[in-house]
Amino acid sequence: MKILTGNDLKTGAVVWWDGNGWSLHVEEAVDAGEHADVILATETAACRVNGGYAIDAEPEADGRVRPAHIKDRIRALGPTVRPDLTLKPADPNAGSWVI
Amino acid sequence: MYKYDQYDQAMVDARVEEFRDQTRRRIEGHLTDDQFKPLRLKNGLYLQLHAYMLRVAIPYGTLDSRQMRKLAHIARTYDRGYGHFTTRQNIQYNWIKLDEAPDILAELATVEMHAIQTSGESIRNISADQYAGAAADEICDPRPWAELIRQATTFHPEFSYLPRKFKIAVIATPEDRAALRWHDCALRIVHNEKGEEGFEVYAGGGMGRTPFIAYLIRDFCPAKHIFSYIQAILRVWNLHARRDNIHKQRMKILVHDLGEEEFRRQVEEQFQHFLTLGTDFPQAEYDRIAAYFTPPPFETGLSDEIDRSDPDFALWVDRQVVAHKAPGYAIANISLKPISGIPGDISAEQMELVADLAEKYSFDELRATHVQNLVLPHVRKQDLYTIWQALDAAGLANVNLDLVTDIIACPGLDYCTLANARSIPVAQKIAERFADMDRQLDVGELKIKISGCINACGHHHAAHIGILGVDRKGTENYQLLLGGSGAEDTSQAKITGPGFDEAGIVDAVERTIERYRELREPGERFLDTYRRVGMDPFKEAIYG
Repeated sequence: MKILTGNDLKTGAVVWWDGNGWSLHVEEAVDAGEHADVILATETAACRVNGGYAIDAEPEADGRVRPAHIKDRIRALGPTVRPDLTLKPADPNAGSWVI
Repeated sequence: MYKYDQYDQAMVDARVEEFRDQTRRRIEGHLTDDQFKPLRLKNGLYLQLHAYMLRVAIPYGTLDSRQMRKLAHIARTYDRGYGHFTTRQNIQYNWIKLDEAPDILAELATVEMHAIQTSGESIRNISADQYAGAAADEICDPRPWAELIRQATTFHPEFSYLPRKFKIAVIATPEDRAALRWHDCALRIVHNEKGEEGFEVYAGGGMGRTPFIAYLIRDFCPAKHIFSYIQAILRVWNLHARRDNIHKQRMKILVHDLGEEEFRRQVEEQFQHFLTLGTDFPQAEYDRIAAYFTPPPFETGLSDEIDRSDPDFALWVDRQVVAHKAPGYAIANISLKPISGIPGDISAEQMELVADLAEKYSFDELRATHVQNLVLPHVRKQDLYTIWQALDAAGLANVNLDLVTDIIACPGLDYCTLANARSIPVAQKIAERFADMDRQLDVGELKIKISGCINACGHHHAAHIGILGVDRKGTENYQLLLGGSGAEDTSQAKITGPGFDEAGIVDAVERTIERYRELREPGERFLDTYRRVGMDPFKEAIYG
């Protein structure tokens, strides 16, 4: 599946296209399918996302979405060396999802 | 240290307001990302993996306590409570918000700091010996020259749209602590046989995907003409640079393509031209700038004795404290490399402590090093124990200067959009493997440097043991390199062979070090042994 990601213009936070807007949580990302280019162009023009792009991802058994490349998994969670600064600071297994 | 005059302050303040307006227009949608990107980069603002990143310039690595406290304030107020010292003597913040960036720049301007030319195709922060003004072996303080060059090149029209970035370093000692010959242009202050001051000039160095060690292109340029010579170098590059290919735009490529002799010939030709233009620094301007770097009022009659009765303190002194030019004084190195820590990272609270120590014990001066550590440059030996106690209480009394755990590591894939692999976890695992103090001391001087991509921000080419992270079919892979040096015995590290995964690279480093311990002769550092025996014995140990 193709999912869309980018950064929030004001905060720089990593965001994911959830079908209606941009979410901080990759779990909410949806398959953009053949509409990826149109969505990115529209959202970029409206300054709702910065530096947006499409990536390959796989749906997981638990319903989560896992980006194919480690770079995007690190973007999705946060720096592996500062678990306290990630989106899931209390989840001891969050790091293994990235690696 | 240098203090802004009314013109400096006016320029920096105006730049802040200009960027505030540019940022507003971007947020309101009047500028596209493509239009805004070069504007933010000219102000040191990158967009990294998780947020905007702001790189703040620390000219020649010199700071005072007021500036360090401001850096702490910014870390606490606008970031997540910490900063990261870089291999260019700068500091980076990793969690910046775009709409707050102008406010941060305004805060920096109140303490005579900025982020101008910390990115983009410009002359980057001019680096220098972190012991400048304090080193026992220096000819003079190189920082007045660094400041003069900084002022003359900032906003200079010919240097504002260079083919690519351009890095300059200035030192005044035989020992090279600034990775001189890995710079586009490097200057070492020397005296000629008549006792006149001038510069050895090196050109064409650089790391990245195509590493080159700079050539000595002039063994003596009279000090009064150094700006003409620098302009000549930049003019030749500007005339011939490959602006059509981003991978060939750095000056090192041009120097390599033209060849040392032809490059030198063209520079000399341009030099003669610039000499006719009268653009060198007037003596009065040098004197004005040099006055800011007058040595502090060192006390006389101080004892050189240090009470070493506390063994932990004695260990720290032996490793972290080096000779100062003034009797009774010392240079104290503060390691930002705790075992399991992140190389170069420092919390706001630690910054404030270091600022307090600098203000109280080091004539209000601090230095950032290209090895991602800090320095208190002018401390009385009799104050060392008090300083050490304060550092120890703050987790800053690590003992590892130039040892196996004093690792340079770029931010890597944990933070950087360019990276292919993570650097920091590898540094942490190596440091943990060699955490034992006796083992570190037994191994001796060993400089490990890790880059998460070919851009080489972690200086892996200049490492005794270098590690380069690469992307191999979507997974992190690490190449091992041996035999580099960023010191006066400059050399380029060579790849050992096939790469490793994260666990494998740590094992490979350990096997390399153990083979060195087997092979070394008395007094040999790792690098000495490598140069004597070559790569093969190490490859055998690494790959079997």
